[in-house]
Amino acid sequence: MRKIIKPCGFHCIKMKDLGVSFGDQVVLEHINLHIHCGSLTAIIGRNGAGKSTLVKAILDDIPHQGTIEFKNTEDGRMKKLKIGYVPQTLNLEANAPMDVYDLIASYCYRYPVFLRKKKIYEEIREALQVFDAEDLIDRQVGKLSGGELQRVLLSMAVMDNPDLLLLDEPVSGIDKNGMDLFFEKMDYLRKNFDMSIVLISHDLDYVARFADKVVLIDKTVLADGTPKKVYESDAFHQVFGGVSYE
Amino acid sequence: MSSYFAELFQYDFMRRAFVAILIITPLLGTLGTMIVHKKMAYFSDALGHSALTGIAIGVICGIKDTSLSMVIFAVVFAFLLNQINRKNLAATDTIISVFASCSTAIGLAILSRGGNFSKYSAILVGDILSITNREILYLFLIFVITMVFWCFALNRLNAISIHLSLAKSRNISVRLVEDIFAMIIALIVTLSIKWIGILLINALLILPAASSRNISSNMREYHKYAILFSMFSGVIGLVVSYFTNVATGPMIVIVASMIYFATYLYGKRSR
Repeated sequence: MRKIIKPCGFHCIKMKDLGVSFGDQVVLEHINLHIHCGSLTAIIGRNGAGKSTLVKAILDDIPHQGTIEFKNTEDGRMKKLKIGYVPQTLNLEANAPMDVYDLIASYCYRYPVFLRKKKIYEEIREALQVFDAEDLIDRQVGKLSGGELQRVLLSMAVMDNPDLLLLDEPVSGIDKNGMDLFFEKMDYLRKNFDMSIVLISHDLDYVARFADKVVLIDKTVLADGTPKKVYESDAFHQVFGGVSYE
Repeated sequence: MSSYFAELFQYDFMRRAFVAILIITPLLGTLGTMIVHKKMAYFSDALGHSALTGIAIGVICGIKDTSLSMVIFAVVFAFLLNQINRKNLAATDTIISVFASCSTAIGLAILSRGGNFSKYSAILVGDILSITNREILYLFLIFVITMVFWCFALNRLNAISIHLSLAKSRNISVRLVEDIFAMIIALIVTLSIKWIGILLINALLILPAASSRNISSNMREYHKYAILFSMFSGVIGLVVSYFTNVATGPMIVIVASMIYFATYLYGKRSR
């Protein structure tokens, strides 16, 4: 993570005709998306529009139709897509016996966490520095605040240089100050690392300010393009009513 | 005092029981950490009860060594529970309860045929004093296998329990790790039942880890205290049971419970 790579602009992720159904119920259909490296794409939509399902489909966590391709447009070669995923919450009680070291080491290392290795500890500390979270390494995960946990999860997600950073409503429970910091950090990441960012967000203001591309979904893609284009579309007004944005 | 202990160890069966305790308790303590962490207490309890059905099947098939049928049945049962669980049809605890009650009832029905159940009642409380050298060797083998598995799988099990999708996105083979874990629990639970007893085996899995959870803030402490509490309860329980002439299994569980309450109060005060 230390070395900073400028986005090359040649990698892209293509989702072709993505669809998800549970039994007879169609949750998503005909999703076609094109995501370039170094771009920030925001997925918006009302509750129950299938946003989280889309994330799970991208993660290959649930069965889906269609394909997700990760291509180098320069030489047309396909690569395996490496995803850094940041979930909404973790399944942990407040007193769970686990500190930030245990959390990250469990996902990123093989060395068993009932022992501790100095080298891994230092590496994790270094990774946490990207989001100014190095002091949290010995803190119990269940007792972190929303913002602290988010910084830890983000550090973990970008630790091994993913091609795609995928965030599922990452800013719930964070104050305005934290939101500013978060989006500035996203901006920094996409400009300085060779990765695309896809995030699900409820905050239309921030999306308008920071996203390169907005995708409005409700079962399928209703509108996509620049924030301005999507926010002025008829579909946007139908979903979000009379909210208007500059 | 020393003469008391000399008296304790002058019998072969006491020495064997002592060695067995020193192998079984760290094993149960270690496994317990992830059983509690992954909220599988019900699951291991159900596996314990399934032992009755395993014995019953062995009796029907005329197998001389019912431990074998017991282990095989428990492993299959664990595998099956995992499969059904993944289908997400109903709440896990409900499914497990349904299968456990069903299997216990079938086991009891078969074993009690002709009013013969008293023959099997020993399996309910177990008897550590009856352990043989060969059985200790088996225990030791399982101990080694489990420790190898633990070094390999602990991080993955922990990752799965924290967030399933996140674990999958990191290419962790969730099914494989969970299935092997379930089978190891099945193996150890059924093999320990003969000495600890169906009624108490789950207590020994859950109590040390639960006590450790009260006072630990990371995985190293969690493991350390769980193993420590487990071994301590085992040894003290064995010694006390000898001098008070009480069955060993229950005595161990009483000590483990006392540790739980003590750590609960301590943890509450210091947090």
